[in-house]
Amino acid sequence: MEKFTQHTGTGLPLRRSNVDTDQIIPAVYLKRVTRTGFEDGLFAAWRKDPQFVINQPQYDGATVLIAGPDFGTGSSREHAVWALLDYGFRVVISSRFADIFRGNSGKAGLVAAQVTQDVVEQLWKQIEHDPTTQIVVDLEARTIQADAITAPFQIDDYTRWRLLEGLDDIGITLSHEDDIATYEAGRPSWKPATL
Amino acid sequence: MGRTLAEKVWDEHVVRSAEGEPDLLFIDLHLIHEVTSPQAFEGLRLAGRRVRRPDLTLATEDHNVPTLDLDKPIADPVSRTQVETLRRNCEEFGVRLHPLGDVEQGIVHVVGPQLGLTQPGMTIVCGDSHTSTHGAFGAIAFGIGTSEVEHVLATQTLPQSRPRTMAVTVNGSLPDGVTAKDLVLTLIAHTGTGGGQGYVVEYRGPAIEELSMEARMTICNMSIEWGAKAGLIAPDQTTFDYIEGRPEAPKGEHWGEALAHWQTLVTDEDAVFDKEIVLDASTMTPFVTWGTNPGQGVPLGGEVPDPARFDDDGDQLAAEKALEYMGLEAGTPMRDIKVDTVFVGSCTNGRIEDLRAAAAVVKGRHVAPDTRLLVVPGSVRVRLQAEDEGLDVVFKEAGAEWRGAGCSMCLGMNPDQLEPGERSASTSNRNFEGRQGKGGRTHLVSPLVAAATAVTGTLASPADLPPLA
Repeated sequence: MEKFTQHTGTGLPLRRSNVDTDQIIPAVYLKRVTRTGFEDGLFAAWRKDPQFVINQPQYDGATVLIAGPDFGTGSSREHAVWALLDYGFRVVISSRFADIFRGNSGKAGLVAAQVTQDVVEQLWKQIEHDPTTQIVVDLEARTIQADAITAPFQIDDYTRWRLLEGLDDIGITLSHEDDIATYEAGRPSWKPATL
Repeated sequence: MGRTLAEKVWDEHVVRSAEGEPDLLFIDLHLIHEVTSPQAFEGLRLAGRRVRRPDLTLATEDHNVPTLDLDKPIADPVSRTQVETLRRNCEEFGVRLHPLGDVEQGIVHVVGPQLGLTQPGMTIVCGDSHTSTHGAFGAIAFGIGTSEVEHVLATQTLPQSRPRTMAVTVNGSLPDGVTAKDLVLTLIAHTGTGGGQGYVVEYRGPAIEELSMEARMTICNMSIEWGAKAGLIAPDQTTFDYIEGRPEAPKGEHWGEALAHWQTLVTDEDAVFDKEIVLDASTMTPFVTWGTNPGQGVPLGGEVPDPARFDDDGDQLAAEKALEYMGLEAGTPMRDIKVDTVFVGSCTNGRIEDLRAAAAVVKGRHVAPDTRLLVVPGSVRVRLQAEDEGLDVVFKEAGAEWRGAGCSMCLGMNPDQLEPGERSASTSNRNFEGRQGKGGRTHLVSPLVAAATAVTGTLASPADLPPLA
């Protein structure tokens, strides 16, 4: 995974709450067996509407998505994170993320930055007023800065550390293989097995 | 201080714990299906890693599989590739697979409990958010993403931060005609889709204790729909009776050892939950959704709400958008809503008790003209059991379509989809926009409401039907 320290880019204001992962990428786009190319499925249903915010030319090239509360609810599909990344987003800002989505983001290198709804509203207003506003997301300092707005964001320490270092989870865990083997040796024999 | 059930199960699975890091949890059972696993196996292959514990891993084909023409190859080439990729991966990495055509094939969350693989006190994960279903047995079970699937395949562990604990205590008894589905839809309307976020929830109280295992699974299944990390129910005699004698249940001496352990899996009396919600089951009624998330629901006797009545601006906007998408007017009685398709199935309500409940309602009656009733058993075993009991005949005589097992119209990855603008009453778990087919409109309901709705053609409960002559 690539290291993430700081990102600067323009924003996309998505004024919707409860954006579930079926909206981020509908199920028909999940049939690929590869890891790339999911950008065509991003918000596929909503994108058919020419007025939908992602189709408005002033937001072309946005890399920071600012969404309403309860972003990423529903299905566990990591394809939702891949679709956002493949489309070009590096950061999603919301006042509340669904657990699985947040976990998936951390694994794939998308920063899920949690702020208060008040900050979301300020960012929406600022970007709608000036779509060229540069949003600076500093993972080291855990801050978001856009024009006159400066706000802290929340991300858990462990995920932040892994993103900053660009670490592979499996590699970290396998360095504790002795602990896993010790645990396995102590498991009761009546626990079920599939083979 | 005492510990909650969730804390006991968690503590038993900690492989490694360090300050400032998530706990490393051992995973007792890893369930796999074709949609969220291909990139995980590819990751293993690229890194030259193996599956650490194929003996704790089980795969089935469910999301993409057709429910008609099962003797022919899968028509959609992309779906077929995904299913074939799973078969190749399972073969290469030595994972047990129940493919299409196998008697144990079915929805992953129906198959695990049915085989007796789902047992109290386990940690169970799957690349599917409805893994919370298995919590009905007193297991910690939750959905994971594909990177985590790869992690579990490679290490049989997952780094996880300890969640907070919540109790949902349900007092009283559910009235006749009111089911576990109505209970959980009522709860989600109360909490909203984010109310359980960050919590492992224990459902408890007299109303929960009275429920069958299948009804408990319906409740735990929908834990994710209000954002909970997992939902679980303390194992009791109902649980033990359900497991005993199943193919993968402990046998002989092992049964006694397992049972002795399972009986310790209760929340201690002096344990403290971080949060508690108390509900009264005796006041509950059949419950249906009107909007585009599972929290947007009302009693069947209610009406489509007026968005202006919501206090919160965000809720108001969400309600307006939902009504527009659903093609509904505020103030319309729910019972006046005409339905095109009724879907009985899914990991929420695709088990034998659900099919029995629906069959009892349609028996001797007929599906309304212009309405279609699709019955999709959750697994091949459920299908065979239903056929043994003659339920397939009841459904077919009523004018329903009797199908093969799979996820089917719950998420429309196979050909079972709604047309744009088509309206369904569905026993599944999500009424998201486009979930059951592009432009499709979903009302979540119980199997009883689904069956009655199929008969009347409008949202209804069995009590609304004229008595049979």
